[in-house]
Amino acid sequence: MTKDLVILAEDLMKVYQMGQVEVNALAGVSLSIERGEVVAIMGPSGSGKSTLMNILGCLDLPTSGRYVLDGEVVETLNDDQLANIRNRKVGFIFQSFNLLSRTTALANVELPLRYAGKIPDRRERARAALESVGLGDRISHRPTELSGGQQQRVAIARALINNPAIIMADEPTGNLDSKVGKEILDLLLALNRDKGTTLIIVTHDPVIATQTQRIIRLRDGLVEEKK
Amino acid sequence: MNIGQSMLEALETLNGNKLRSGLTILGIVIGVGAVIAMLAIGQGAQNTITGAISGIGTNLLFVSSGNQVQDVRNPKPLTLSDAQAITDPFAAPDVLAVAPIIQGSGDVTADGQTMRVSVTGTTPVYFVMQNYSLIEGDFLTQDNLQGNASAVVIGPGVADKLFSRRNGVVGETIRINGQPFHIVGLLQSKGGGMFGSQDNQVIVPFTTAQTRLIHRSVLNEVDELYVQAASARAVPFATDEVKQILRQRHRTPVGVDDFSVFSQADFLTIATTVTGVFTIFLGGIAGISLLVGGIGIMNIMLVSVTERTREIGLRKALGARKRDILIQFLIESSMLSLIGGVIGILLGWFLGFIVGRIAAASGNPFNPAISLNAILLATLFSAAVGLFFGIYPANRAASLEPVEALRYE
Repeated sequence: MTKDLVILAEDLMKVYQMGQVEVNALAGVSLSIERGEVVAIMGPSGSGKSTLMNILGCLDLPTSGRYVLDGEVVETLNDDQLANIRNRKVGFIFQSFNLLSRTTALANVELPLRYAGKIPDRRERARAALESVGLGDRISHRPTELSGGQQQRVAIARALINNPAIIMADEPTGNLDSKVGKEILDLLLALNRDKGTTLIIVTHDPVIATQTQRIIRLRDGLVEEKK
Repeated sequence: MNIGQSMLEALETLNGNKLRSGLTILGIVIGVGAVIAMLAIGQGAQNTITGAISGIGTNLLFVSSGNQVQDVRNPKPLTLSDAQAITDPFAAPDVLAVAPIIQGSGDVTADGQTMRVSVTGTTPVYFVMQNYSLIEGDFLTQDNLQGNASAVVIGPGVADKLFSRRNGVVGETIRINGQPFHIVGLLQSKGGGMFGSQDNQVIVPFTTAQTRLIHRSVLNEVDELYVQAASARAVPFATDEVKQILRQRHRTPVGVDDFSVFSQADFLTIATTVTGVFTIFLGGIAGISLLVGGIGIMNIMLVSVTERTREIGLRKALGARKRDILIQFLIESSMLSLIGGVIGILLGWFLGFIVGRIAAASGNPFNPAISLNAILLATLFSAAVGLFFGIYPANRAASLEPVEALRYE
């Protein structure tokens, strides 16, 4: 196999116990994503999108199945090891930005580095990351002093800071107007072009999906893949 | 995560919710302040009391009638002849001197001022035993004693009240229970004693007191004998000798003395025990308020964990381990209690100071003592309260599932 796979998932199942009923959120999803790809995950609500994102982002473990992220076998890891993988290999971007409102943009971007152990130049790295998303002049602003688009840029800088293997973006433009949303999407795509960052975007929006290289459609916990 | 930065971050977080943090800290401030103040007051009382006891000299024995430990029927009163017998150098070689004491209270009047004081009738040797010194005049003399003289030595408190001065009062006349007495001496201040201030007393010759001021039913009865041992080391021997003599004279059955002999060491032990219990009692009551403060911390931390569920989820998504979250919340709760502890120590010190002032103003000089131990204890205890009451909320935060926490609204 010559392809450099960053994600290899085989037959992922996730079963939730809802009272007496068992719900199959994922009913055997297999997929692979190459390094440097931009992939959109689409599907109606209840199709298992979020569950798949949580598992691919190592926030949750599959009930059964096999998942290899950037060479690490994930399904056997314990909580602390999962935290470590999330820290080093996954950058999250959320619909509602999820910044800590009490601290500055710089401190928000620095946060993943603080959980990564001793990193001497983390302030400089955080500053550089903010500059790379065009917020070099906003480093000491608090999230409440920034516009939605700027907040999402801070979140992107935060996702990039540890040079992750994948960036998981969950409706990254969902809380933004279309103009700012396009800017954010362009920024993400530019990062993919310039740095070769693997990008997984979970979205409802077909306009966004068409800008990606590949769309993975989910329905009832299963993949209907089209190139 | 390094601790210094975590502490800074915790401070920022607490600062973000000033009123809530302030009120929580207030609970600890009151708790620690109360503990510190109570310990200081207890310690101050102990110092004052033991100081007063130490001030009476290390080689003194106090003999009184009756038995404080056993029930004795018809104890014989101590008399002047008992005192005489104890001075016998052959029967009691370790006894240096004996002073009979007869004590009562009376109204002294001069210049239209009246004051209630304690009246002591004794012999000249008493002044030496008690280490009294004079501002002016002389102690009572043997002549005063034999002559049944109307002479009196007064304490400085009496001079202050009656004459509003401490010089030139020797030679003045005062009336004790209506009878005129010449002041022959004015004592130097000695401060508070075991049974009230020694500064508010008048001392008259034993004979005069016996015949004119303090009436006792038995001839030559005395209330107490002060016995001075030859040295501090001779105190146990002197005690035995005194007991031996009194047993013979009172013809008491074996093992049932109808008198008690106390040394200063005995008093010290009793006083230390009593004030120690008193201090623990006060501290314990104050400790309850510290406990309540701790519960306040736990309460507010639980609220904080619920409010910040999303933040916790985010931190976990970014790579925080269980331990990181645990430490973050523990630091916050210990910061609350530690800040409260520091302010509480200051408050306690201030309260102690106020109590000291009030005591001084009401004529019982008394210094609440804040020991380093009390401060260390309060600091450690308040930090421990923060940790203990922080553990449950912090653990709750740390065990949140990242997926659930991120979804929390």
